[in-house]
Amino acid sequence: MSADTRYTGQEFKSVGTRPLRPDGIDKVTGRARFGADINLPGQLVGRILRSPHAHAAIRSIDTSKAEALPGVKAVITSADLPDLTDGNREMFDILDNCMARTHAYYDGHAVAAVAAVDAHTARQALKLIKVDYEVLPHVTDVDAAIAKGAPVLHKDCFTRGVEPKPRKASNIAYRSEFGHGDVDAGFAKADVIIERTFRTEQTHQGYIEPHACVASISPDGTGELWLCTQGHFVVRQHCAELLGLDVSKLRVTPTEIGGGFGGKTHVWAEPVALALSRKANRPVKLVMSRDEVFRASGPTSATSIDIRIGVTKKGRITAGDATLRYSSGPYLGMWAELGAMTSFACYDMKNVRTVGLEILVNRPKTTAYRAPSAPMAAFAVESMIDELAGRIGMDPLEMRILNAAKKGTRSSYGPVYGPIGIGPTLEAAREHPHMSAPLGKNQGRGMACGFWFNFGGQTCTDLNITPDGSVTLTVGTIDVGGARASLALVAAEELGIPYDQVRAVVGDTSSLGYNDMTDGSRGTFSSSMATIMSARNAITILRQRAARMWDIPVAKVIWEAGCAKAVGKKYDNLAPLTLAEIAAAAPKTGGPIAGHNELVADGAGVSFATHICDVEVDPETGRTQVVRYTVIQDAGKAVHPTYVEGQYQGGAAQGIGWALNEEYIYGEDGRLQNAGFLDYRIPVCSDLPMIDTQILEIPNPNHPYGIRGVGETSIVPPLAAIGNAVSNAFGVRMTHVPMSAPRILKALEEAARDASEVA
Amino acid sequence: MTQLVNTNINGDAVGFNCETDETLLDVLRNRVGLTGAKEGCGTGDCGACSVILDGTLVCACLVLGMEAEGRKVETVEGLSDGAELHPLQSKFIEHAALQCGICTPGFLMAAKALLKNNPDPTEEEIRYALAGNLCRCTGYDKIVRAVQATAAELRGG
Ligand code: FES
Ligand code: FES
Repeated sequence: MSADTRYTGQEFKSVGTRPLRPDGIDKVTGRARFGADINLPGQLVGRILRSPHAHAAIRSIDTSKAEALPGVKAVITSADLPDLTDGNREMFDILDNCMARTHAYYDGHAVAAVAAVDAHTARQALKLIKVDYEVLPHVTDVDAAIAKGAPVLHKDCFTRGVEPKPRKASNIAYRSEFGHGDVDAGFAKADVIIERTFRTEQTHQGYIEPHACVASISPDGTGELWLCTQGHFVVRQHCAELLGLDVSKLRVTPTEIGGGFGGKTHVWAEPVALALSRKANRPVKLVMSRDEVFRASGPTSATSIDIRIGVTKKGRITAGDATLRYSSGPYLGMWAELGAMTSFACYDMKNVRTVGLEILVNRPKTTAYRAPSAPMAAFAVESMIDELAGRIGMDPLEMRILNAAKKGTRSSYGPVYGPIGIGPTLEAAREHPHMSAPLGKNQGRGMACGFWFNFGGQTCTDLNITPDGSVTLTVGTIDVGGARASLALVAAEELGIPYDQVRAVVGDTSSLGYNDMTDGSRGTFSSSMATIMSARNAITILRQRAARMWDIPVAKVIWEAGCAKAVGKKYDNLAPLTLAEIAAAAPKTGGPIAGHNELVADGAGVSFATHICDVEVDPETGRTQVVRYTVIQDAGKAVHPTYVEGQYQGGAAQGIGWALNEEYIYGEDGRLQNAGFLDYRIPVCSDLPMIDTQILEIPNPNHPYGIRGVGETSIVPPLAAIGNAVSNAFGVRMTHVPMSAPRILKALEEAARDASEVA
Repeated sequence: MTQLVNTNINGDAVGFNCETDETLLDVLRNRVGLTGAKEGCGTGDCGACSVILDGTLVCACLVLGMEAEGRKVETVEGLSDGAELHPLQSKFIEHAALQCGICTPGFLMAAKALLKNNPDPTEEEIRYALAGNLCRCTGYDKIVRAVQATAAELRGG
């Protein structure tokens, strides 16, 4: 069904207010049920055996001793998850990642699994499985993986995206290219050109809730799955395909989700749990340990980026050129491609070229992490903008404003922009008191901009008017941070009723049509669109029912402030009918009243942010503390401003952790050395200051309320904002993230040495 | 080896059987049916499992189930007084101090322990007192504000 989803500029009553969230009480009382809180009668405990090797051929697996252990009900290997993918490479990679076939490709790769009566027995059983590995040479570093003589992960990997097809297999799985104009001509016009290489290390989304599921398959081939996920419909699809079940026969119920940030957009252990349940003929609960979460789920890419930008003396960018190498684990991803698309998206580029190279390495399969791939590219570009501004003696803020993309600008990745927020966030930064606040000793201030596309996609909602006139809104997108409150606000707005009269819930896969997952900041954007349309459909029916109750033509009935009203002199005597009155009469006027909507939400407005950051560096140790932080971002329309602020703050905090501390550390042996929160240190409360936010509202023309996605962009600028702040404090240019204390100290020492040599 | 343990949880006498290698967190979640305390790491690094044991804040994943013998355990499930929320609970909701909420039970217990010892903490004291609890969603801003607001309310009333 096509519906008019254009922005109308209406006034709001509910949208933009800050009511309490519907799931609040459950979450502060311990009642809310997360992935690991689900239990079924008779359930077994599932556990996965993982490769200790970064790269090995699996010669054989002997499970007989484990099977013989009392209490063990099933042991599975890849033989129990046979390849049904029928040449679909993407699905095959998912399958291979869930359970290794011929090779283990990373430390932590699943090779077998057990289901037993209790955790103790399951752990013992894992020890009894004998895997005969032939250890192979490995490579974990993104640059080393494409150096001469590097071990090649897949003999059939010939770089796609290059013509003619390369003659030799390599670890470069795919090459993408974006841009327009003539880059060489652009550089010829530049007065100053800087060229640099930047590196960022691999980070993990770090959700506090490990992956958890309970799977149950009956002998009749129907199954049920409870899990924490960002996309239960996608999980159903993938699990059904991998296990050879009819999609409709697998019912997936999402639990509350304890953080995802992109890391819960895939299947990992769920197909394994289902296969165990099928074999054991009992429900199986499988919960990852934190060690498994780090070693086998998640991480983002490690990157290495060569970049060159030219500017005129007046500060206008004449050309930009970047080659971005992103690790994608052992399987092809689209990570460098997203990096290549986003790198220069903030600016009006006449001549631009970006090349993305997807690099295969012996690390876990790369997964989306909040605005995936954009922070690393922004680190490179935004650091360079500051450096170039310094060279020509221009304020970096003014240089950004001068070059900012605007409505009508052709983006560096192709499309022409509609109304966008980069310019306004920069202007707001210029006016912000943070920008002119005094700095203390050893402190520096930096700024940076960020961009993210935002997704739309397939969406479907149900809005049911219950017999007492209250409203149930069932949505198919997972609520990761308050979306139920926002969507209830939207339904209340459209129906003209109080927020408290609407209850929003997330439906399971059997109660709604297919929904894409909550990723790309699409949850509130797309489900609000479908909610508005559902409400409008319900209103059409409500008007018909009122017309029937009054026995007047439906054309004479309007919907206003939560009531049906009769219009025209003739009907002056008819008192408005409330939702409750119409609902109560429903059995006699045609039955239950509901509005449904299915759509592909197009036109997710792109999102921009500008961040300002003050750091204090201890010159003795290199330890860096963020002392003040401000996020300015366009929300289109903030449905629930408090939760929008929360998204801004949470993204910034993750970016700060990435910038200063977080990284996967691999040993020579290819094993992950810091698979725990003690050694992979995410920011704690005492590491951070308050994070100030400023919400701008530049309506998205493609959404009835002007809403844009807000969830991701704020993780993009912090890496560069902090790098620029360090640079402004001490005159050193940081090119390697994380800017951990030893790296900053080294940079300071080198700068001091250079200075003394000059003197 | 299974052993019978007698303890007091949220004011109720509770007895449970547990293995010697089971943690208090395992016991609460798997044997007593109180799943409010969460396991984020199992190694004492995230605070999602925070409970109060004889008045002291502990990570339930670092305490053995058998250590609860004869002691008093307070979990998030015991925080409210019937339907009456503890002020920390109301303030957490009001200030949107939770997004996903997986860390919330731990933060509530840690904040309760803090305010008992220090009814008027500075922002810095709050930040250090809560540094053992990880939250990946909020950036802590709204959590700190919720604790400040609770402290003010408790002092005022
Ligand atoms: S689960 Fe106990 S501290 Fe993380
Ligand atoms: S609210 Fe999600 S981890 Fe704290």
